[in-house]
Amino acid sequence: MTALLDIRGLKAEIDGRQILNGLDLAVNKGEIHAIMGPNGAGKSTLSYVLSGKPGYEITGGEVFFNGEDLLAMDPDERAAKGLFLAFQYPLEIPGVATLTFLRTALNAQRKKRGEEELSSPDVLKRVRELAKQLSIDPEMLKRPLNVGFSGGEKKRNETLQMALLEPKLCVLDETDSGLDIDALRIVADGVNRLRAADRGMIVITHYQRLLDYIVPDVVHVLAAGRIVKTGGKDLALELEATGYAQYQSEAA
Amino acid sequence: MAAVQETIEQVRGIDVDQYRYGFETLIESDKAPKGLSEETVKFISEKKNEPAWMLQWRLEAYRRWLTMTEPTWARVDYPRIDFQDLYYYAAPKPKKTVSSLDEIDPEILKTYEKLGIPLREVAMLEGVEPKPGEEDPARRKIAVDAVFDSVSVATTFKAELKKAGVIFMPISEAIREHPELVQKYLGSVVPTSDNFYATLNSAVFSDGSFVYVPPGVRCPMELSTYFRINERNTGQFERTLIIADKGAYVSYLEGCTAPQRDENQLHAAVVELVALDDAEIKYSTVQNWYPGNSEGKGGIYNFVTKRGDCRGANSKISWTQVETGSAITWKYPSCILRGDNSRGEFYSIAISNGYQQVDSGTKMIHLGKNTTSRIISKGIAAGKSQNTYRGLVTAHRKALGARNFTACDSLLIGDKCGAHTVPYIEAKNSSATFEHEATTSKISEDVLFYCIQRGLSQEEAVGLVVNGFVKDVLQQLPMEFAVEAQKLISISLEGSVG
Ligand SMILES: Nc1ncnc2c1ncn2[C@@H]1O[C@H](COP(=O)(O)OP(=O)(O)O)[C@@H](O)[C@H]1O
Ligand SMILES: [Mg+2]
Repeated sequence: MTALLDIRGLKAEIDGRQILNGLDLAVNKGEIHAIMGPNGAGKSTLSYVLSGKPGYEITGGEVFFNGEDLLAMDPDERAAKGLFLAFQYPLEIPGVATLTFLRTALNAQRKKRGEEELSSPDVLKRVRELAKQLSIDPEMLKRPLNVGFSGGEKKRNETLQMALLEPKLCVLDETDSGLDIDALRIVADGVNRLRAADRGMIVITHYQRLLDYIVPDVVHVLAAGRIVKTGGKDLALELEATGYAQYQSEAA
Repeated sequence: MAAVQETIEQVRGIDVDQYRYGFETLIESDKAPKGLSEETVKFISEKKNEPAWMLQWRLEAYRRWLTMTEPTWARVDYPRIDFQDLYYYAAPKPKKTVSSLDEIDPEILKTYEKLGIPLREVAMLEGVEPKPGEEDPARRKIAVDAVFDSVSVATTFKAELKKAGVIFMPISEAIREHPELVQKYLGSVVPTSDNFYATLNSAVFSDGSFVYVPPGVRCPMELSTYFRINERNTGQFERTLIIADKGAYVSYLEGCTAPQRDENQLHAAVVELVALDDAEIKYSTVQNWYPGNSEGKGGIYNFVTKRGDCRGANSKISWTQVETGSAITWKYPSCILRGDNSRGEFYSIAISNGYQQVDSGTKMIHLGKNTTSRIISKGIAAGKSQNTYRGLVTAHRKALGARNFTACDSLLIGDKCGAHTVPYIEAKNSSATFEHEATTSKISEDVLFYCIQRGLSQEEAVGLVVNGFVKDVLQQLPMEFAVEAQKLISISLEGSVG
């Protein structure tokens, strides 16, 4: 079986500084992988390189997404093929209603996949249902995307987008940061609803807390741009107790 | 293209000529001799069967023009225009006809498709000729009906307007049929001596629209659809005069979101609006003239004088413009707030891409007591273009309690373009309150990437962000037009990134 995502010896730099140092990671369909690691380890960098953010230079390695060369694809093509990044810091777009953004994104992806675009009422219906599951006030859909949203609202909105777009691979970058316990539960429930046999997830987090709610199949430690340890969900608890210090010194 | 293809089939049988002749006055093809002289002015006036007073008016303007020099204060740069090397009168040429839509530049068809303009209208705008002998009666009927529909719609409009007492006709006709109104108001807002281009226009203007809405009448429709059909070939020196009598209301829509190609490089239009007591005029423009090619060659010079006079108490004039075309735009739709409690508004979206140069803005001249004005300007510069907002807000000694609010926002796409804001503010009495806000920002790469990560292409992302940026102004446009304008904005920014 080909892995959903297969990263081999990935090296990447930004502004002449090497951040990823030969990173290996394979995620199969149906699996949830957690990536934990100290600040500055390169977790966000990994998510950006996978999604094709400009500015990063790939200096080594390969990445296959469903057997295809991911790094050769344009970033919007990666999205249309089912790669979704829930941003650590979601961006604001003044003047663009949340619903308009959702509809534009969904139809842009469908068009690229050669599927028929959905009508505004159809999109609205689906968005309403999903919003309800995430306890998002329908009024919020009229507000410009992320403008003036609280931290929790932004993360719920990322989850809403993810649920609507039904990606094949979800990369969640610190989705728990800035969430109180109630918001964390809502978001985690939303993510858990998306668990599916044909979908994989990478959950990036600094804290073990999130993994009480989104229980991973595999846990990795990322330090200094590489996966330095891999284990089961107990590894997360272990890290909670010992901290990252040992890995930082190991990497340095 | 499937839907488009189907419609192409349908328009094959359209009797476009019948449509055209149904609307436009036929003038035998004639050209005035090249260059500008009293002879040219007389020739134009004669061609149009004008009364003596009109000729006199034109000649005075011409003599005045001889004493004037071309203004150079705008932030635009172009080779000197040789005014003796232009034709000032040519009978409107029928558009070059083609026998089917297949002969039209696919690029242009693509633009129409993106704008969602029905193909029968494309056929009309592009002058598609019917194919003789092509007989598929069923199909033919559909297409012809579609066109006849437009004809009957226009006729219904005319009847309805007449019932309401609204006069809406070419200004050349109004000069003959309503001389008392034209004489009273023509040049009363933009005098013949106003500025170099307005004076030139006064001497040689070709045609334009005339609207008079009688006291207490609310014009029963947007003066738009009808105009859109008729607007072709208005010529390079357009002259428009709109009068809303006491308590009247009219909303007028100028222009067309379809690509406008024109062989005339210099356009110098004059638009005058007069609002009497308690009257309101809403004037919306979408300007999409040819901007020149990617190297900055060609393109229209658009030197326009647009001014509204809030002559009566409690009157209101509102300008809304979406400027995406022309190589050079020099345009300041203004309001003279003469009547007490009168109000002026200016909502503008000005987009420049490629090598376009835009110098646009407004003037709000507060003369009456408690007059108010509001300016919302959104400038978007991309490519190697230059985009300047130039605004003047003044309060006269007697304009007690005058208030203005101005917000000018500029958005830069890329790093080879420029945005400039030049506000002039003058208050000659201390009770005036003027507020001014201005921002300039660069389109955020992070925001674009966020959109692209969700599946939008780079161009779609720019279009979405820019449409969000201009939303406050788009909302001022009549609904059905706002949708087209939104698409037009995305189209005009194509190739601005990457
Ligand atoms: N534009 C940049 N130029 C140089 N270094 C950068 C740039 N962006 C991020 N970095 C560095 O890359 C490292 C990894 O950052 P990041 O991937 O955000 O870490 P994490 O998400 O694991 O906290 C950090 O040391 C950060 O300072
Ligand atoms: Mg991070």
